[in-house]
Amino acid sequence: MRTKKLYSVLSFRTTTAAMEAEELSHELCLSGRIIPLPPQISAGCGLALRLLPEEREIFMSHCDKKLWESCAELLL
Amino acid sequence: MIYLDNAATTLLKPPGVAEAVANAISTFGSPGRGAHSASITASRAVYKARRQIASLIGAESASDIAFCSNATEALNTAIHGIFSNGDHVITTVTEHNSALRPLYLAQMRGTEVSYIHIDSRGILDYKSVEKLIKNNTKAFVINHASNVTGNTAELDFFIELKKKYGLLLITDGAQSAGTLPINVKDIDVFCFTGHKGLMGPQGTGGIYVKPGIKINPLKSGGSGIRSFDRLHPDTMPDALEAGTLNSHSIAGLSCSLEFISKTGVDSIHKKESALCEIFLDNLDRNEDITVYGDVSAEVRVPVISLNISDMSSSYVSGILAEEYGIATRAGAHCAPLIHNALGTAERGAVRFSFSYFNTEDDAIKAAKAVNEIAKYN
Repeated sequence: MRTKKLYSVLSFRTTTAAMEAEELSHELCLSGRIIPLPPQISAGCGLALRLLPEEREIFMSHCDKKLWESCAELLL
Repeated sequence: MIYLDNAATTLLKPPGVAEAVANAISTFGSPGRGAHSASITASRAVYKARRQIASLIGAESASDIAFCSNATEALNTAIHGIFSNGDHVITTVTEHNSALRPLYLAQMRGTEVSYIHIDSRGILDYKSVEKLIKNNTKAFVINHASNVTGNTAELDFFIELKKKYGLLLITDGAQSAGTLPINVKDIDVFCFTGHKGLMGPQGTGGIYVKPGIKINPLKSGGSGIRSFDRLHPDTMPDALEAGTLNSHSIAGLSCSLEFISKTGVDSIHKKESALCEIFLDNLDRNEDITVYGDVSAEVRVPVISLNISDMSSSYVSGILAEEYGIATRAGAHCAPLIHNALGTAERGAVRFSFSYFNTEDDAIKAAKAVNEIAKYN
């Protein structure tokens, strides 16, 4: 069974924004991975970007605030 | 076969387009509907195509582009989503039915529509336009390039007027996207199709919407996000993309967009214009052959319509297909008002439309075939 770890999880208003964020994370050589939107953020379906907590600031400093909707620290 | 019906759909696609569709259909999951690799692969492909379109037309963001099944769906989205009872719209007689029919429907719901007419060369009567503007005028709906004459509308003229009067400019780029350089900086809504000048698969197209412009969606439904909301998301591009996108064909479109980017729209336009010139240069200039539109215009798309003597366009197009193996389009080209204006409503016209993949030989053979039909029929 996978051990839960703490991650920074960003949610988005659209799939396009999620794709843009994933692309940015890769350009920044971060671990960004698209995951199903965790229920702790919102019910229903959707995509989120999972980052290591220490990558959050790097990502935020390069990211347009309009791109992401919310950011949470979650054990996943 | 010499295929000269590229204004209807381009038959020859850039290398790799068919393979991209085949690869997508056997590897893609549903775009925007999951985080597994098959779905993410599809989502990435759609996002890439969105960025390519945005780059091609000068849009600031990929999110400003919503995919549709074709320009008709894009125009329906714009016209039904923007106009309501009491609004006034100014359009042109050069429009395709993809704009005219939604406008007629809007008229039945109380939207007023005025038309800009053309002269005998098919050129818009620009002097009349400002006089058509009224207090309730909301927008111009302008066909960028005629699918009958190949002539283009001067978008700068409409941009100046729309700024002066605070109107919207909705542009039909069905014939111009991929063929003419386009910059949507001062255009509010730009509708395009993927299977003509963009040389992608049928079933692709889209709509650019300037940020801040509200379009009530033509359809609502599955979005992949906010599933418990009763209303469809209102954020672009999802706002105008209910249901699963045609990601397989969009992957093919992405491939053709890459080709266009590498080749350059200017180079494509130059080659297509040269083919038109060769065709025209090899046509006998006599009273038996009537060419419509202003073929000497500097900026035009590679479309030439003509008639021979008093023959019907379907008869001539039939001879071209059967005797010469040349594919053209007869009839009214879904553009009834311009045929009314040109006096060709009854017999239509024979349309020759070139693509980047046609050759000089194609153009010469087509012109010689027309000359022979004029001489011996």
